[in-house]
Amino acid sequence: MSDTPALIKPIPVPDADSRLYWEGANQGKFMFQRCLSCGKAQFYSRSLCSHCQGKNLEWQAAKGLGKVASFSVVHRAPIAPFADDAPYVVALIDMDEGFRFMCNVIHCDPATVRIGMPVRTVFEERPGSTQKIPQAEPM
Amino acid sequence: MSSKKAVISGVYDTKVGALPESTCMSLHTEAGLGAIQDAGLKVSDVDGLLTAYSFTSPQLMLGAVFAEYVGMYPKVSASISMGGATAGLLVAHAVALVESGMCRHVLCLTADNRMTGLGDKVQAALASVGHPQYEQPYGMSVPSAFAQAAQVYMHEFGLTHEHMAAVAVNQRANAAKHPNAHMKKPITMEDVAKSKMVASPLRVLDCCLVSDGGAAVLVSAREAARDLPKTAVEIMGVGEGHTHEHIFMAPSLVDFGCKDSTATALGKAGLKHSDVDCAHIYDCFTSTLLICLESMGFYGRGDAGKAALAGEFAIDGRFPVNTNGGLLSYGSSGAAGGMFHVVEAVRQLRRECGERQVKDAEVAFAHTLGGIFSGHCSMVLGRL
Ligand SMILES: [Zn+2]
Repeated sequence: MSDTPALIKPIPVPDADSRLYWEGANQGKFMFQRCLSCGKAQFYSRSLCSHCQGKNLEWQAAKGLGKVASFSVVHRAPIAPFADDAPYVVALIDMDEGFRFMCNVIHCDPATVRIGMPVRTVFEERPGSTQKIPQAEPM
Repeated sequence: MSSKKAVISGVYDTKVGALPESTCMSLHTEAGLGAIQDAGLKVSDVDGLLTAYSFTSPQLMLGAVFAEYVGMYPKVSASISMGGATAGLLVAHAVALVESGMCRHVLCLTADNRMTGLGDKVQAALASVGHPQYEQPYGMSVPSAFAQAAQVYMHEFGLTHEHMAAVAVNQRANAAKHPNAHMKKPITMEDVAKSKMVASPLRVLDCCLVSDGGAAVLVSAREAARDLPKTAVEIMGVGEGHTHEHIFMAPSLVDFGCKDSTATALGKAGLKHSDVDCAHIYDCFTSTLLICLESMGFYGRGDAGKAALAGEFAIDGRFPVNTNGGLLSYGSSGAAGGMFHVVEAVRQLRRECGERQVKDAEVAFAHTLGGIFSGHCSMVLGRL
C-alpha cells in the first residue's frame, strides 16, 4: 500500500549545489560545507559562503551529534503520505559543528521530545526511493 | 506633517468566507473598483496598479490580466509575490511611486478564492512552499513551521496555551461586531483548549481561517486627494525587514524582521510605540501575533501573552489589536489577509467602525508578514 505513488513522501531531487550532500546521506554521512575564508559552517550547501560570500568552501562530514533547538508534534499532516505517521515530530536540530537543519525526530515517543534534547543523525530508508533521508534520533 | 507624504484615499473589502460564485478575477474586480469608487474616482484616474498573486488561479502577469479584464491602462504596473507580506509591500511601493511623482493614484489590489477554489487541497498547496529538498521530505506543515518559534517562546519566555487562547477569544469577539466577518460565533477559552491539536502547541482555534475574499487600497498623492469625498489617511511611515525564507535559516527564533520594519516605520513617522492607538497585525497564528508584538517592541519579553489574558487587546482595552477579528476570525484570503488589516486601520482612523470603533483613534499601526516570519512590512497611518 505504501508503494502506491500517491503515498510516496516527497523525494529530494539533488542538484549541482546539493549532490554531495545527498550522496553522502546514502553512504551514512552527514556532509556540510565549511568556509575556508571565514571558518563558518553552512547548511544547506551552495555555491558560495552565505556568511562572507567567499567561494572557498570545503566539504566536511559532521560527527552526527546535536541538540533539538525547537520542535512541533504534527497531528494534522499537510499531505496524505505523512498521515499514517501522525503524530510525528518536525524539529530544528543544532549540530555541534555550528549549523541548523530540519528533520523528524524518529525512533521515540513524540511526547518525549524536548528543546535541548541531545540527538544523533540517522539515515532513513523510505519506500519508493533509493535516497536515504537524514533524520535524528534521541541519544 | 510633511505635505509630500502619500495618503490612502480609498479602501474596499469584499465579503469573506465561502463565496462559491466568486472567481479570483471577480474578487479582484469588486475590490479594485470598490476602492476606486470609495475615493470618488474613475478607473481612468488610476495611473499605477500593484497586484499580488493567486494560488487558485496562478498567473504570470496577474496585474496585466486584471487591467485587461476591467479596461485599465496604467502608466506603472507590477505584481509582487512575497506571501503574506505582499499587501503591506504593495502599499510601501505605492508610497514610493506617489512620493517620487511617478504616479498620482496607485491601486494596491489583493484577492483570492482559496476556500472554494482549492477546497481540501489548500493545506497541501501551502505546505508546497516548503524547501523541496530540506523541508518537504519531513512533512513540514505551515503550522508546524510557525510552531517552532512558539515552542521556544513557551520554553524561554513563559508563553502559555491560555495566552494564545486569549488572543483567539478576543478576536472572535471583535469579528462578531463586523458585518462581513467570516466567523462570528463566540468562542470561549475552553473551546480553544478543546479544539484539535494541529501542530503542537497550535490547535485549530490558534490557526487562521481560509477564506474567499479580496481587499484593495488606493494610495494617492496628497494634493491629488484634496477634494476627494472620504477623510484621507496619511501614510506616515513604512518599513520592511527581511531575514530568511526557510525557518531553519532564521537567524533567531524569537526576533524577526518585524523588529526593523517597526523601528523604520515609527522612525519615519517620528512617533513612538506609545503613540499607536490601535494595531492591526498579521495573525496567521495566535502565537505569531504575540511573538511579533514583543519583537516589535510593543511589549517586553514574556509580557504580550499576559496582556492578552488581561484583556488589553480588546477594542476598549489599553492596546486594541485586530479590531476586525484578524486572519483568525475576520478572514484570510491569501495576500488579502494582510490587506484586510490595512483596510481596518484606515476605517478606524476615518472613525467608520461603529461598535468596533477605537475611541479617538489618531494613529494606527498595520503589519503584514510573509513566509515563516520571513518578510515583514509595517506602516504607521495617521488621521489627517
Ligand atoms: Zn565565509
